[in-house]
Amino acid sequence: MSNPILQISQWFEGLLLGWGLAEGFVLVLMQAIGAFVVIMVGFTTVIALIWFERKLAGRLQDRLGPNRAGPYGLFQPFADIIKMFTKEDTTPAGADKVPFNIAPVLMVASVLFIWAVIPFAASVVGTDISVGVLYIVAVGSFGIVAALMAGWSSNNKFALLGAYRAVAQMVAYEVPMVLVLLIPVLLARSMNLSDIVNAQSTWFVVIAPLAALIFLISSMAEVGRAPFDLIEAESEIVAGFHTEYSGMKFGMFYVGEFLHVWTVGALISVLFLGGWNGPGVDTYPLLGVLYFFIKTFFGYFVISWIRLSVPRIRIDQMQAFNWKFLTPLALVILMVTAVLDKSLELAGVTSLGYTLAMLAANLVIGWITIEILKKIEPTKARQEFPHRPVAVAPKPTEN
Amino acid sequence: MNGFDFIFLFVALVTLVSAFKVVTAPKLIHAALWLIVALFGVAMTYVLLNAAFLAVVQVVVYIGAIAILMIFAIMLTRKVMEDTGPQMNPNWGWAAILGAAFFAGLTWLLLKSGAEGAALPSLAADFDPIVELGQQLVSPNAYVLPFEVASVLLLAALIGAIVVAWEK
Repeated sequence: MSNPILQISQWFEGLLLGWGLAEGFVLVLMQAIGAFVVIMVGFTTVIALIWFERKLAGRLQDRLGPNRAGPYGLFQPFADIIKMFTKEDTTPAGADKVPFNIAPVLMVASVLFIWAVIPFAASVVGTDISVGVLYIVAVGSFGIVAALMAGWSSNNKFALLGAYRAVAQMVAYEVPMVLVLLIPVLLARSMNLSDIVNAQSTWFVVIAPLAALIFLISSMAEVGRAPFDLIEAESEIVAGFHTEYSGMKFGMFYVGEFLHVWTVGALISVLFLGGWNGPGVDTYPLLGVLYFFIKTFFGYFVISWIRLSVPRIRIDQMQAFNWKFLTPLALVILMVTAVLDKSLELAGVTSLGYTLAMLAANLVIGWITIEILKKIEPTKARQEFPHRPVAVAPKPTEN
Repeated sequence: MNGFDFIFLFVALVTLVSAFKVVTAPKLIHAALWLIVALFGVAMTYVLLNAAFLAVVQVVVYIGAIAILMIFAIMLTRKVMEDTGPQMNPNWGWAAILGAAFFAGLTWLLLKSGAEGAALPSLAADFDPIVELGQQLVSPNAYVLPFEVASVLLLAALIGAIVVAWEK
């Protein structure tokens, strides 16, 4: 019983062939079932994640979170889903109906496409394509199209403003993300995600910590969560590009966002945290699925933690941070990693020496970056306001 | 007709219909959205030809960058929200003649090649198109010069953008 998933699929394939179905048809059917199972795993995990994130938000913000429906509020997501389904489905007057209805589907699909190439364990991979990393970048662009379609077709100026902001942010942050995605590719000598996981006898987060950090930041901007949630800033533009959506169509954007964060966690796990690598996976390959999901959950937790801790940034800060900080830094670490990797290989150092040299290079770049940031004083004079307390707590009385 | 032919015909039909819609859609924004479908159909054709890298690059470059820029440009035009106005300009006759000549030429070339009805050549099991492509791009005997010229051009464009945006 080293690999029950493969055994079940082989048994089922044998059963279908035994019924006298054509081989090609069975192959297509098995692929369809596999895709369905992966999508359902994604969706059902998101139901649990919504509950978890709301509870976490409650803890971090000193409140209770959902606690009425079921023990610890566990049934709250189900109540929300039923509410979503029963709500009226509205379409604004003057809306462009077809793009308006396609946009939410495309938004969720752009995230689900990524799950097709993620290796859950050594032998549990949807599609093992040789261009995995580039494929992830490619399907991400459907999300941009979906945001643009939703914002434009809603016939609402706030939706359109939200779409502009969303596209500006997604397109901009794609640049440093693609640049740092090259670093795992470069270290593993392959764009195939399974090869990248196999190459991580030392996790890439140790060899390239700065790349992992930039990937985390730019992915958060791609998802559009705090501190990058200015694309749906409720105090400025109602709800951004999905202002006019109600019921399950809004639900799809909502689920799509959670699923996207969970997917980013999975990508961090695969690209930087060793994927399904862990103690004992050689004897029990299915243990890799557990390791994969633990690391994915860690990535998800970190993103939620940051989201719940920091305030929203302004649009000029968003652009300046990307173009004046993340992109140059990503370019520098890409060049340094490429040159260092080849020279270390030519020098013939051991695996430990290689790791230490790479780590040291990253630390030096990080230190230089911080020194440069300290040197650059803000050019514009900052306006200082005198501290004016709104309410002063009474001093505790001494007993 | 096997499954492969069926999928190819479906993809080709989707590409052609959406390409037709690009030029006939009354709203510019719809034309841009149809263009995305057509470009995606071309990417699917690449997949059918076992060129996964080209297919993915097609999606990244054409849908992820060019189509998005086009939609932005369309949103800045005057006719974005209305259907009125002529769809043809006075040169439509020349365009039709050129299009027909081009189509006829391509058809003639394809018929002359004698490849109709031939099966797809099968690839070796360990053949990796990306490795081949990468080696060709940096090999002095192959495409290193065009590759470097393109790189210098892009670098010049990058520096030009910085110079244009520089605060005086």
